[in-house]
Amino acid sequence: MNTSTIFKKKVPTTAKVPRPGKQDDKSDLNYSSQWKLMYLRFKKHKLARISIVILGLLYIVALLAQFIAPYSLQSYDSKYVNAPPTLPRFVDAEGKFHLRPFVYELKSERDPETMRKIFVNNEEKRYPLQLFVKGEDYKFLGLFRTDIHLLGVEQPGRIFMLGTDGMGRDLFSRIVLGSQISLSIPLVGVGISFVIGLILGGISGYFGGWIDSLIQRIIEIIRSFPTLPLWMALSAAIPPRIPVVTMYLYIVIIFALIGWTDLARVVRGKFISLKNEDYVVAAKIAGVSDTKIIIKHLLPGFISYLVVATTLAIPGMILSETAMSFLGLGIRSPATSWGVLLQEAQQIENVALYPWKLFPLGIVILTVLTYNFLGDGMRDAADPYKK
Amino acid sequence: MLQYILKRILLAIPVVILISFIVFYIIQLPPGDYVSTYAAQMAAAGDNMTAEEMDEMRENLGLSGPVYEQYAVWIKKIVLHGDFGFSFSYNKPVLDVVKQYMGLTLVVSFVTLFFHYIVAIPIGIYTAVKQYSAGDYFFSGISFIGMATPNFLLAIILMFFSYKWFGDPLLGLFSPEYVNAPWSMDKVVDLAKHLIIPVIVIGIAHTADLIRVMRGQMLDELNKPNIVTARAKGVSNLKILFKYPTRAALNPIVSTLGWSLSSIFTGSTITAIVLNLPIQGPVMYNALLGQDMYLAGSWLLFMALLTVLGTLISDILLAWLDPKIRTEFRGN
Repeated sequence: MNTSTIFKKKVPTTAKVPRPGKQDDKSDLNYSSQWKLMYLRFKKHKLARISIVILGLLYIVALLAQFIAPYSLQSYDSKYVNAPPTLPRFVDAEGKFHLRPFVYELKSERDPETMRKIFVNNEEKRYPLQLFVKGEDYKFLGLFRTDIHLLGVEQPGRIFMLGTDGMGRDLFSRIVLGSQISLSIPLVGVGISFVIGLILGGISGYFGGWIDSLIQRIIEIIRSFPTLPLWMALSAAIPPRIPVVTMYLYIVIIFALIGWTDLARVVRGKFISLKNEDYVVAAKIAGVSDTKIIIKHLLPGFISYLVVATTLAIPGMILSETAMSFLGLGIRSPATSWGVLLQEAQQIENVALYPWKLFPLGIVILTVLTYNFLGDGMRDAADPYKK
Repeated sequence: MLQYILKRILLAIPVVILISFIVFYIIQLPPGDYVSTYAAQMAAAGDNMTAEEMDEMRENLGLSGPVYEQYAVWIKKIVLHGDFGFSFSYNKPVLDVVKQYMGLTLVVSFVTLFFHYIVAIPIGIYTAVKQYSAGDYFFSGISFIGMATPNFLLAIILMFFSYKWFGDPLLGLFSPEYVNAPWSMDKVVDLAKHLIIPVIVIGIAHTADLIRVMRGQMLDELNKPNIVTARAKGVSNLKILFKYPTRAALNPIVSTLGWSLSSIFTGSTITAIVLNLPIQGPVMYNALLGQDMYLAGSWLLFMALLTVLGTLISDILLAWLDPKIRTEFRGN
């Protein structure tokens, strides 16, 4: 008992009087629900708070990808192969300031020494950056067709904010469009493994007996497989030339099939430790049905652990998807994910000559880091013994 | 203790049998078989195979029966003769291919394992003792990034810098002049030089993970009453550190040794493909893509067995270190 609780017993009105400062927070804690306490602890974790903002932005971009990306997945221009990034600029070659940012026209030349194609700015031709320009057709949020894009320059000007790849495709557009797959696969995969893990782990832990042994053996067998080679083997079995949606489903299922075992173990352990608690035994004697005991009495006791375990499983899935697609065993063209974009970085010459091809790597690292911090913050928040 | 070990080994046997069946089923999954892949290659070279020729080839390679029949034949040969089948693309027995790559695979794995313990344990202790110091933030930051970077891409970045600074991307495990040379001191030095990048790349995620685990364990242990007592009695700080918290914190790490080894062994797969190392990764990858099923299957089976073995060793070590688990098992 700390001093504030003793104090409050004598003068219970203090809790109702809003008072600024630390003391008020503390006396509030005694009346807060479990979730409120978690939220308060989570708020203290600075990195986790920053992470949740960054992740929110990433998912908004993914949701509006077709609108934000200046070009579509199919668009390419052989005139601009391996063009370097051209960021919009305010000051032109003569040092004059323009209120509206612009890009110069890109001109390709041959390097007199290496005979390699290089790009230089044509300083005579300026293309001002425009908002809501007309571009290629797409379906906005899958609802209606439109051709308005957030950013762009007038034709025949081109804007490659992160450069282009070996086929003259805008890397920025492809990263934005690829995020739809790269950011959703881990969520769907983890979602499926969450459901399977919860059900099987729950059955295993609550009922025990032969069904527990059976499920435990199955888990043991799945876990005995080395994850990466198993993924490779299963991905190699995906038939080539199938529709994008089917391919997406195959990959998600492969990830979920292996991912659920960890969660099932957590659930089982929690069920076993909770089912002999006095309040559960009391409910059983009182004749409450199994379903009701599980949902009303057991689940609330550890659901926060599950959410944490699930969040911490996401970064692994992102990395795996990237790795599989990178090897050509995951998402394949015409669909694109960050792993697919990194395929060009497989050749060291590509990285040495066109370092902007590593941009997708930066995004992958950012996403994985933010998920890790978020999971860390949530774990700290969910731990009731944390000071 | 002996009883526990025996029981644990007996439990592993049905698991192994089921694994072998699943492995065989998985390598059967891809559409087509080695013969159709081979025929496609021949067709690309301008030599079309007739359907009869393909059937005959299937008959010769033992690929004509149904799945369970092929499985029975495969397992029977493994158990009775130690014969893992024939690798079509290498044109020699699978066991020979395995032998050819096993030595270097083990070298890379063990060096990585050694490296990750040597680096992670001292750093873990340091960051826990000096919690919230500049050094703690530095190493914690590095280990977070280490966990977040896909290690195959780290390989590319390191190769790039090695190419830029030393003029050699250090691809593979040997310089060209040593590949077929007999073993000598120079060749070992050359190997050691080429091992630096793979060991860092394969080990970084595990190292980062281990630093976090070690730090957490140490922080838990450092706040226990026995430390306070020892300090109150005037035992020197260094002695306290190594005698109590470090020993206790090492327990879970030692007991996961088996796990670490098998996960490093299999985790090197993608890195090896990118860095073009003559170890198991690329062999497995090509076998899977080329439908060289006995080779792929044997490797997959072998790795699964290694994981089972790793878990077994871990469980035994855990039981040896923690008497609670032993008695629990006996209680069943």
